[in-house]
Amino acid sequence: MADGPLKIAVPRGALFTESLDVLDGAGIDTAELRGDSRSLIFETSGVVLVTMRPSDVPTYVESGAADVGITGKDVLLEQSDRVVYELLDLGFGRCRMVLAAQTGDDRLAEAQRRLGMLRIATKYPRIAERYFESTGRQAELVEVKGSVELAPLVGLGDGIVDLVATGRTLEENDLEVREEIVECTARFVANRVSHKLRAAEIDELTAKLREASAK
Amino acid sequence: MIHPIPPGTRDVLPDEMRELRRLEAALIEVFEARGYGEVATPAIEYDEVMARADGPSRSSYRFFDESGELLTLRSDMTVPIARLVATRFAAAEPPLRFSYLASGYRAVRPQRGQMREFVQAGVELIGASPEEGAVEVIEVLEEALDAAGLGSAVIGLGDADLYRQLLEELGVEGEARDAVLASLATHDLVALEQNLLDAGIGSERAQTCVQLTQLRGGSEVLEQARGLGGAAVERATTQLRQVFDELQRRGAADRVRIDLGLLRDLGYYSGPILEVYDPALGYVLGGGGRYDGLMKQFGLDYSAAGFGLYLDRVHTAQLEEARRG
Repeated sequence: MADGPLKIAVPRGALFTESLDVLDGAGIDTAELRGDSRSLIFETSGVVLVTMRPSDVPTYVESGAADVGITGKDVLLEQSDRVVYELLDLGFGRCRMVLAAQTGDDRLAEAQRRLGMLRIATKYPRIAERYFESTGRQAELVEVKGSVELAPLVGLGDGIVDLVATGRTLEENDLEVREEIVECTARFVANRVSHKLRAAEIDELTAKLREASAK
Repeated sequence: MIHPIPPGTRDVLPDEMRELRRLEAALIEVFEARGYGEVATPAIEYDEVMARADGPSRSSYRFFDESGELLTLRSDMTVPIARLVATRFAAAEPPLRFSYLASGYRAVRPQRGQMREFVQAGVELIGASPEEGAVEVIEVLEEALDAAGLGSAVIGLGDADLYRQLLEELGVEGEARDAVLASLATHDLVALEQNLLDAGIGSERAQTCVQLTQLRGGSEVLEQARGLGGAAVERATTQLRQVFDELQRRGAADRVRIDLGLLRDLGYYSGPILEVYDPALGYVLGGGGRYDGLMKQFGLDYSAAGFGLYLDRVHTAQLEEARRG
């Protein structure tokens, strides 16, 4: 919250290393986080870094438990009802949200034509729902938590909506991209109240991150 | 045996109730001392009346009564008080001052800690001059925050018309305009810049608009804003300057921060708007502003201004500020 050192939510997982790089570039020493420490909270260079799952970042930032944070645009789109201010596109962690189906298989088109309804497995039900709605199609969304590539292979759904970075996972599971939904990168976000009450600190950090991420 | 209540509602038990009552009494005392008499209105109104604010709301509870009339649970007190003034005080000598302490109802997404039923305390000043209205309301708000013991609370002061007028000036219309306003409302700067570029105003002007939304702080930001140019900016900053200078003259500007990125999600505001923050809480404590357009909807050519504070949030901030000493 809006006093004491600035609290920054840092995503573990795929965005972790590049988030640390860009924080380093902004003059925040992240050496301690790069070790194999089991700690989740680190005090360094006058700020507090709180590490968490990327999908938890909007929750912490919205409530003010973290003043600012870094997370993927995919997470922000999926949790678009969370009120956080999106201040900066950090440019890294580039990947695509896509509709994919089994290579050479025409179940998607078949389902659309004969059943009027697609069955889609996804970890991103809200993004998928908005996408099918905006393209005038009806879809039954099956939410799964784990490896979504598995779903069409065993008959859970005609296709999947998922995040693709290199496309290797799709390829290995005999899936191909059919439609591209949106491109996602890492974003710098802020709590609404912190953005007002800690304006100078947050503006300065935003400027430094902008510079660091442009390199 | 557990008998559940709907999500977003809650029971209040004696320890909390005592504290809430003390807080309520402190606020009402401030309002009364400033001449704002307390009023009560029904929790249910005709939907057609509530909808005059902003068109039919997507987040209000609506239902039919036994004769087929569409009713709505009030979502705030500003609209019912505007109705009350138009109905019962149309011939009264302005300005009129009213205060309230009442529950409002809004449909919210479950499991987000948001309340469907919430208590607001606030005031409405109707028929004062536009210059005086915002200033007096902010003064009363400051006294209310003092009475609640929120020494660290801050009032953000912005302008409701700035971006509408700025976009008009830049010739951004139709869908492009709606897209820009939507990204402004969610404060998504990445999308804002892209939408402005898509609207074809050129990257320099797009940058300027984005910069404008980030100007917040003391009265020095008004000068910075004017440097960014344009008639809309000139009008908004001149008006904010007037309000700020008058507050300063009355010694009531200490808590006020100018914020050119401020937007209220209710469409009936015009001119100065405000929001209340406390460093102890990640959520907005309340807000308000000038709403002349709403009075017109009820057939009165009055300038009006007011604010509402969420009582529970003020209470939470009070506890948190006391804990931090």
